[in-house]
Amino acid sequence: MSKLGYFPGCSLEHSALEYDQSSRYVCRKLGIELVELPDWSCCGAHAAHHTQHKLACALSARNLSIATTLGLGSVVAPCPACYSGLKFAQTALKNDPQLKEKFKNELKLDCNAEGKVFSLVELLSQLAPETLKAQVKVDLGELKVVAYYGCLLVRPPKLVQFDDPENPSSMDDLLTAAGVQMLPWDYKVQCCGAVLAVSNPDIQLKLSGDILQMAKLAGAEAVAVACPLCHANLDLRQAQINKYCGSKFKLPILYFTQVMGLAFGASPKELGIDKHMVAAGPLLSKAGINQA
Amino acid sequence: MKIGVFICHCGNNISAAVGVELVARHALRLPGVVCAHTIHHACSEPGQLLIQKCIREKGLNRVVIGACSPRVHEATFQRVLVQAGLNPYLLELANLREQCSWVHEDREAATRKAIDLIDMAVGKVARLQPLLSSKVDVNKRTLVIGGGIAGIQAALDVADSGHEVVLVERTPTIGGNMARMDKVFPTLDCSACILTPKMVELATHPNITLHTYSEVEQVSGFVGNFKVQIRKKARLVDMEKCTGCGACTLKCPIKAPAEFNLGLDKRGAVYIPFPQAVPHIPVIDKSICTYVLKKKCGLCQKICPTDAIAFEQQDEVLEEEFGAIIVATGYELMDWTVYGEYGHGKYKDVITSLQYERILSASGPTGGHIRRPSDGKEPEVIAIIACVGSRDAAHGRPYCSSVCCMYSAKYAMLTREHLPNSRVYIFYMDIRAYSKMYEEFVQRAQEKYGANYVRGRVSKVFERNGRLVLQGADTLLGQPVELEADLVVLAVGITGTASTIALAKKLNISHDEYGFLTESHPKLRPVESSTPGIFIAGACQSPKDIPLTVAQASSAASKVLGLISHDKLETSPLVAEVNIRRCVGCFRCLDVCPFSAIEEQVLRDGSKVARVNPALCQGCGLCSAICPPAAIALSGFTDDQLISQMEGLCSQNPV
Amino acid sequence: MQPEPRIIGFLCHWCSYAGADMAGTSRMKQPASVRIVRLPCTGRINPLLPLKALMDGADGVLISGCHPGDCHYREGNLYARRKLELLHRFLPFVGIEPKRLRYVWVSASEGARWQTIVEEFTQQVRELNQTLEGYPSEGGKASFSNEDNVSSSEDKSF
Repeated sequence: MSKLGYFPGCSLEHSALEYDQSSRYVCRKLGIELVELPDWSCCGAHAAHHTQHKLACALSARNLSIATTLGLGSVVAPCPACYSGLKFAQTALKNDPQLKEKFKNELKLDCNAEGKVFSLVELLSQLAPETLKAQVKVDLGELKVVAYYGCLLVRPPKLVQFDDPENPSSMDDLLTAAGVQMLPWDYKVQCCGAVLAVSNPDIQLKLSGDILQMAKLAGAEAVAVACPLCHANLDLRQAQINKYCGSKFKLPILYFTQVMGLAFGASPKELGIDKHMVAAGPLLSKAGINQA
Repeated sequence: MKIGVFICHCGNNISAAVGVELVARHALRLPGVVCAHTIHHACSEPGQLLIQKCIREKGLNRVVIGACSPRVHEATFQRVLVQAGLNPYLLELANLREQCSWVHEDREAATRKAIDLIDMAVGKVARLQPLLSSKVDVNKRTLVIGGGIAGIQAALDVADSGHEVVLVERTPTIGGNMARMDKVFPTLDCSACILTPKMVELATHPNITLHTYSEVEQVSGFVGNFKVQIRKKARLVDMEKCTGCGACTLKCPIKAPAEFNLGLDKRGAVYIPFPQAVPHIPVIDKSICTYVLKKKCGLCQKICPTDAIAFEQQDEVLEEEFGAIIVATGYELMDWTVYGEYGHGKYKDVITSLQYERILSASGPTGGHIRRPSDGKEPEVIAIIACVGSRDAAHGRPYCSSVCCMYSAKYAMLTREHLPNSRVYIFYMDIRAYSKMYEEFVQRAQEKYGANYVRGRVSKVFERNGRLVLQGADTLLGQPVELEADLVVLAVGITGTASTIALAKKLNISHDEYGFLTESHPKLRPVESSTPGIFIAGACQSPKDIPLTVAQASSAASKVLGLISHDKLETSPLVAEVNIRRCVGCFRCLDVCPFSAIEEQVLRDGSKVARVNPALCQGCGLCSAICPPAAIALSGFTDDQLISQMEGLCSQNPV
Repeated sequence: MQPEPRIIGFLCHWCSYAGADMAGTSRMKQPASVRIVRLPCTGRINPLLPLKALMDGADGVLISGCHPGDCHYREGNLYARRKLELLHRFLPFVGIEPKRLRYVWVSASEGARWQTIVEEFTQQVRELNQTLEGYPSEGGKASFSNEDNVSSSEDKSF
């Protein structure tokens, strides 16, 4: 596959560094060249969206115009919030030539309205399963995993159209191709509580606890995620969840790119798995992965 | 030429946006116009009298009325002309309401357009000629399409008046969706008890011929004289010999999901849809019968005591003639599996409302005991989700299904009667109980039967530890709710059917995007289709309950009786006419005529020219547009009339 | 300020005329540009009628019939399509922009669609009229080169 603009976003620079590492690793292995957009800026996240639509649009349009300047047709964003922001802006510019013209004249932002914005899951889903299977070096057939998509990756349905908004399967297909045992479950798109962790932690702990509970009931040994915020809520706050719910979860939460990386033969350290709060060590030993 | 122009205020519907006095003053300046008046309501009695008075006193011989759409009142004003002694076809209407005052806000622009429309109408009316209609015989037979409660009621009403009726039903039995139901609101009488006697009455009625397992293949003709081809599909069972003993259905080794029970149980390849089916004669499913497919088995043939199995039977196509047609093809439930939040259909214990009717029914797959499909256990908690596929624009169903509120309350009552220890929850958006005894019915479900009404949508249904979990919101409490249930019944919305759309195309009647047939006027002509002589009844027109369906069926029947009470019918004189002095006999008109109304005519000198059969001509004008020497004119829409109409606009107001 | 363009509409009685009425009963506001001539069927249209309208000074001609398969007379709309497709290609030869002619399908329940079509087509004709300003033409239409016109036949909504 060809060259794409890469928009890591703020989380992947810091709290979700391992998502960045593993994404780059998987793409490198699959022959996808990621060009990090130089001087990219914040996607605006929730704050911009809730303040003003046009502002949210302009913030993402700036990043899209950087890609256009570099002659990059498409942009990929691993973080669902960044993806949503970029996709929203791109769709708005495509449907509203006046807005596009306004941005061009007043803000000097020239975006390619025909370019595509991908989430990383979407991008990798476009590869033939054989391409993925060809890279698999380590058998993860013993590993039982559920894929947790979160609320934003496949929604809103009218904007994001690459998967079923209620029962998505793209991440399951990717990891199945990587040789992992994917388990069916019903909480693929349930809310993890998101930023309520800050303002209303009780609600977030309950919602995230429910997700871990359902994953356990499904028989999962690990949860694969594609969102830095989901990861933080399920991994970083797992101890708090246990305290709040009176549970004893010790469920490793892995980015789906980390799971793919393991199958492709990377060491857990290379993929940043050692950075997680819930240790994945015991699980990996059981799966027969050398943790050096 | 003495043209009178009348501009209607229509209360203030027209005058609010159009300067009607100005338009009338303008009209007076037009050539041939001898009087121009404004009228508050041209269609009212004083309005009609004024027009007649002007016609008589001023000796008008052409009339232009600027009022509502000709689709609304053309016939009314034609009658006004007739009463004043004028030929009704010397009238031209200018549509100043639907296509002018109602769609324009700028008064000046609307007035200018109204003036243009009057110019055009005056231009055309000056060229109109008096036309005389001819008369054709009316066939007194009626075709009813669809054997649900609507079709049954309509057929019986027409037949009871002594006229002959043919009823065509697509499936092997009549009864329709009502036959699937257990008890019906608001009286909770047993559906079979009130329906099956009617089914039998229909089958034995001396004036009714019943064709089940048959479809309408082709329709031609016009009001009073329809020609219909009916395909009687091969049942592979001789209806004369079969006694309906059902021995074959018990022995058939093939199994397939039973349509009548909506897949809740199985039937054989030879089957009778349900015990009270009419006719009570089995049918062989050709798509699965191994004898039909590979000439193996033939067990039914061996055991049939009357030798009624007839594998050699072929489809039969009947040609029949009718004066009127009633379409009563009913409804379907929409495909609810588009709802991912309810599991796309992967949970066995999430069922539709019609499936629940079958579970409740004593003749259903569980013998009337409420057992859930997955493991046959009695459910303790039953949740009903209303408005699945109704009032949901996101899934392309913005309309209300009109019956779900009521049958949800019914399910609560019936469930509690069957299982007194059960709990029933109904998730609803609003309760719409608008008809006689309906509100009381819902109250009874809540107060006497303890139905738990939760106002809010269910956002997700999933399985946890063998039970179904419903997550949603209680918008009255303002809280998220979670409920564990054993059985979830979806009150699935009603939609028109693909087969109705296909039929509508054959009949040339209009339908909407959901597959419901369109009535001629939503208030004043609710059972007439867009094509004269074809009437609609029941849920094929819009979602409706049984009382309303029956009322509409009787209404359609009375319309048919009104039509066939005439021996002769006036045909529209707006038909094509050949000028034999211009006709060169190329017969391109004959090629394009969709109704075979063009005939060859040999003149005395031996040359051949075209002739139009006015009884067959429907007045589309295809021949007139294709005729190279312009020898065919469509009355009311001739070239010089249309050109004069256009010139009324273009020449007087040059760009 | 330019006057509102004057467009002649040829509408079939069964679908499109009812659709335009539907827009009216639903009070769907639209530019006051279209003057409708009611016909039994678009199949009745002799191409000379729209041509004459354009030659006589109409700024545009909008023709609307039933959707394919819905024609009250079975296939009159399909005959109309063939004739108007040819007319569309012929217009450049007499010096009329083909964009002044549009042929659409509107059913009896599509009031909103009719509203949109009137808005779009009026705008299209307005723009054509604007390009005429400055031409020393006397009511006639400026002639365009052949190349421009042949390619514009896709803009109809068949």
